[in-house]
Amino acid sequence: MSNLFTVSPSPHTKGDDSIPKIMWSVVIALVPVILMASLFFGLHSLKIMVVAVVSCLLFEYTIQKYILKVPTTIRDGSAIITGLLLAFNLPAGLPVWLVVLGSLVAIGIAKLSFGGLGQNPFNPALVGRVFLLISFPVQMTTWTANITVTDTFTGATPLMLLKEGVKSGKSLAEITTNSQMPGYFDMFWGNMSGSLGEISAMAILLGGIYLLWKKIITWHIPVAVLGSIFLFEGVLWMAAPDRFMDPVFHLITGGVMLGAIFMATDLTTSPMTPLGKVIFGVGIGVITICIRNFGAYPEGISFAILIMNGFTPLINAKVKPKRFGGK
Amino acid sequence: MLKTFKFGGVHPKEEKLTAGLAIQRLPLPKKVILPVAQHIGVPAMLAVKKGDLVKTGMLIAKSGGFVSANIHAPVSGRVSKIAERIDASGYKSLSIVIETEGDIWEESITLDQPFQAIEALTTAELLLKIRTAGVVGLGGAAFPTHVKLEPPAGMKADTLLINGVECEPYLTSDHSLMLEKGSEILKGTSLLMKVLKVQRAIVGIEINKPDAILLLRDLAKNFQGIEVEPLQLKYPQGSEKQLIQALTGRMVGPGALPASVGVVVNNVATAFAVYEAVAFNKPLIERVVTVTGKGVSKPGNFLVRIGTPIKELIEAAGGLPEDTGKVILGGPMMGKAISNLKIPVTKGMSGIVLIQEKEASRQQVMPCIRCAKCVDGCPMNLEPYLLMMISEKGMWEQAESNHVTDCIECGSCSYTCPSSRPLLDYIRTGKSKVGKLIRSRQNSVLTDKQIPI
Amino acid sequence: MNNILFITIIVISAIGSISAVVLYFVSKKFMVFEDPRIDEVEALLPSSNCGNCGFAGCRAFADACISADSLNQLNCPVGGNETMKAIAHYLQLDTLLVSPKTAVLRCNGNCEVRPKTSKYEGVLTCGAAHGVYGGETGCHYGCLGFGDCAVVCQFDALHMNPVTGLPEVDDLKCNGCGACIAACPRLLLELRKQMPKHRKVYVACRNKDKGKTAAKACKVACTGCQECQKVCNFGAITIERNLAYIDAEKCTLCRKCVTVCHTNAILEINFPTRKIKSEQISEA
Repeated sequence: MSNLFTVSPSPHTKGDDSIPKIMWSVVIALVPVILMASLFFGLHSLKIMVVAVVSCLLFEYTIQKYILKVPTTIRDGSAIITGLLLAFNLPAGLPVWLVVLGSLVAIGIAKLSFGGLGQNPFNPALVGRVFLLISFPVQMTTWTANITVTDTFTGATPLMLLKEGVKSGKSLAEITTNSQMPGYFDMFWGNMSGSLGEISAMAILLGGIYLLWKKIITWHIPVAVLGSIFLFEGVLWMAAPDRFMDPVFHLITGGVMLGAIFMATDLTTSPMTPLGKVIFGVGIGVITICIRNFGAYPEGISFAILIMNGFTPLINAKVKPKRFGGK
Repeated sequence: MLKTFKFGGVHPKEEKLTAGLAIQRLPLPKKVILPVAQHIGVPAMLAVKKGDLVKTGMLIAKSGGFVSANIHAPVSGRVSKIAERIDASGYKSLSIVIETEGDIWEESITLDQPFQAIEALTTAELLLKIRTAGVVGLGGAAFPTHVKLEPPAGMKADTLLINGVECEPYLTSDHSLMLEKGSEILKGTSLLMKVLKVQRAIVGIEINKPDAILLLRDLAKNFQGIEVEPLQLKYPQGSEKQLIQALTGRMVGPGALPASVGVVVNNVATAFAVYEAVAFNKPLIERVVTVTGKGVSKPGNFLVRIGTPIKELIEAAGGLPEDTGKVILGGPMMGKAISNLKIPVTKGMSGIVLIQEKEASRQQVMPCIRCAKCVDGCPMNLEPYLLMMISEKGMWEQAESNHVTDCIECGSCSYTCPSSRPLLDYIRTGKSKVGKLIRSRQNSVLTDKQIPI
Repeated sequence: MNNILFITIIVISAIGSISAVVLYFVSKKFMVFEDPRIDEVEALLPSSNCGNCGFAGCRAFADACISADSLNQLNCPVGGNETMKAIAHYLQLDTLLVSPKTAVLRCNGNCEVRPKTSKYEGVLTCGAAHGVYGGETGCHYGCLGFGDCAVVCQFDALHMNPVTGLPEVDDLKCNGCGACIAACPRLLLELRKQMPKHRKVYVACRNKDKGKTAAKACKVACTGCQECQKVCNFGAITIERNLAYIDAEKCTLCRKCVTVCHTNAILEINFPTRKIKSEQISEA
């Protein structure tokens, strides 16, 4: 017998899932968002997305090859997703060097310094975005005109309009009738000012349905985030309709959709058990609404996700699945 | 909506190449090898010596205790050796080797005339017949059947479940048995019902065997209290606890017996063996084994004598393909890979799967991306990623508090992991270490023995 | 502005002082009295915390020492007699001197003499492989070669030799702590009495198969032929289940058994080379 049999422990068969397959499916799910971003922001958006993806890949390759001296993992597609998600969180008019800097922070600090794929406690794209937001607040909140909105040059996001309006003592009715404030249908379709990827709730939902269909994410986190935002804001709105916007407004403005479907569901930084995922999602929803209504920033989803990322190990340690037949 | 179990589960590619193929009888092997420990429990005690002449069906090793089973000569011939032989566990164990000289059956076995007065037999008589015949669970675990039929004091069964799920990919031995021996299986089922004094039996069959479901449903009309329940396609539905949950909704607690929730589970092949034992006094000396694999030229379901070296079985299926990289006893999810073909067929072996060389190797291990697919896929609702991590680091106390001992080793976690991580390998190590810890805590002495598998 | 600064300083100082007071009383109230001798004894120990004395660590061992009436039941395998003498001296107690031991590997089936019969794939630990089957070779008793023992050795005394595929014990570093003994699923490592100049004579095999089967699986297997037992003048060699064992307590290192062994299963280590006799062995 020339060739020896292989002996290994069971199971002797393996499913089709693999990391590249998951990552590329996420990239496919992001395609509608890419299309909507290019539709509304034109070449600006393409430039930012390309720069972010290329610099993420480049940083990952360089750091792994020359600093960490480990095999490079740029082929698994995870750096592409980080790049795309980072780009989706940036305004279309951001200078290119800031995009590169954000990518360096996302890949170098948030991902590789913790050990690379699967080891990062915080969502790399969000770390990149929050780093830029805190360090370069002016550039990060300068929204280039949305090309199809004809009457503005620097369209403020609906959430900024809301926050500034409230700060200057305007009533909600005045704010919502502001000519800059888009209607709900426009917001859902994507015809509003904002970061590249967050404008079109519809495109994000399409991607989310694809991810659910491919079983890459489960329904728990998106439903928990959106549901808790809807409920919490709904309660506030019912209690004081003259102080708080209605829940639908909060669902379709800003980064809530993008955050709930693509950022919070990041496999590595979200909890493992279904109940843990629900707790995680509710935490994000509640913190987001708190920041939006009571905090200094108009938008809070990225902070909320990062805060809950920090709680993920605790949730994993405390929320255990109920074992079969156990009490 | 078809019934299925509650937690987790995966759906491996079925690959049932031999589905619906008729059972072929394998010619008598030249010699048979019978390990005295081919069931769970105490090994049987030798009842023959070297040089003895035996007839087919003669007792050659006597049950060594309550949880043990008789072993009978599957052929007639001469005991040529009593020596250590490698068995399906991958280790050597004491075995009886018989050189075949013919096929002369014991007089007490009445193959031509089924025992007429089955109805008149008492429970104790039935139980004695089953016990004498050395019937064990034929689904894979080889647990002595008579032990299952006598639930411990204080537990009373009210339902009998017959396992026709066959959720392992490739295997079709139960399927073909159900198609050809349907009415015998149901007769065996009603005998088991009588022994257990239960009024209700459910035969669970996965929906990928519609012909077997229809046939058994039709036949079950003639039997009182037997239902046939189609089940959703999901692995590991054939696992005892999962099947009970799927069919009755009851959950067997950790470490508890099925009888604690009033259920006893037996395989269809076991029910058939019970019928044969009662009707013909025929001991368990043959079983249906599927020989299959993508490269196999004539895959099929074979009725073989226990103890036949698997080499002869593979020969009957068209010989060992050139590109065979792995030989698995049992199904690809839970079966055991073996290193040579001298290993004999044992009572618990339901199939031989030959895996081609290109599919035999594992994929490269990637880091865990914490996708939680293993958590979602675990039928026991454990956290395989965590159990692997703590087993890898040797944190046995933590492994115990995370219920590593609940693992049924179904392999769903390793199967579903996108990073191809060897989750089950580590969990198994942890399970055996924790098992040792628990036993040493109970003051039992660890001996120079190999770890039981 | 000055006012804010002032208030801040006061508030922070106040918090600091209150905390200090609280900490002081808490530490007083919850202070645990410990025998100061524990620290002293602990200082005498090698602080490897290996646990091979049977206690959870060096401190637990020190605690056991001071509460014991006699040190006869206690032994620090790492520190050995020197340490136990020092402790006994400090505590004014008796101690039994034990002969120091080092680990030996009772398998010599390297890649050349033990042909492979299958390929193992899976987690590369001895524990995992042992649970699956008899191993990659025909010998179901021999070394699996994945180095579980080398991993657990805290004293850098065990290393896997990539050429032979077997672990090697560094006699100078091995202090007989016994961690490797527990790590090996096949119980191949044994603690043997240390002899002068680290000389050793032992049967490097644990194969209990019948001679023919064992010899087929491995060229250097003990076949249980009993030749060594016959030549031993000291009754040090026993044969059980086709396997010879040399009792280190009785062995005088005369090496007669080494010369008669047909399969070279008995090893002599750290002896000066025997010119004529070693040639004879290689011819045989």
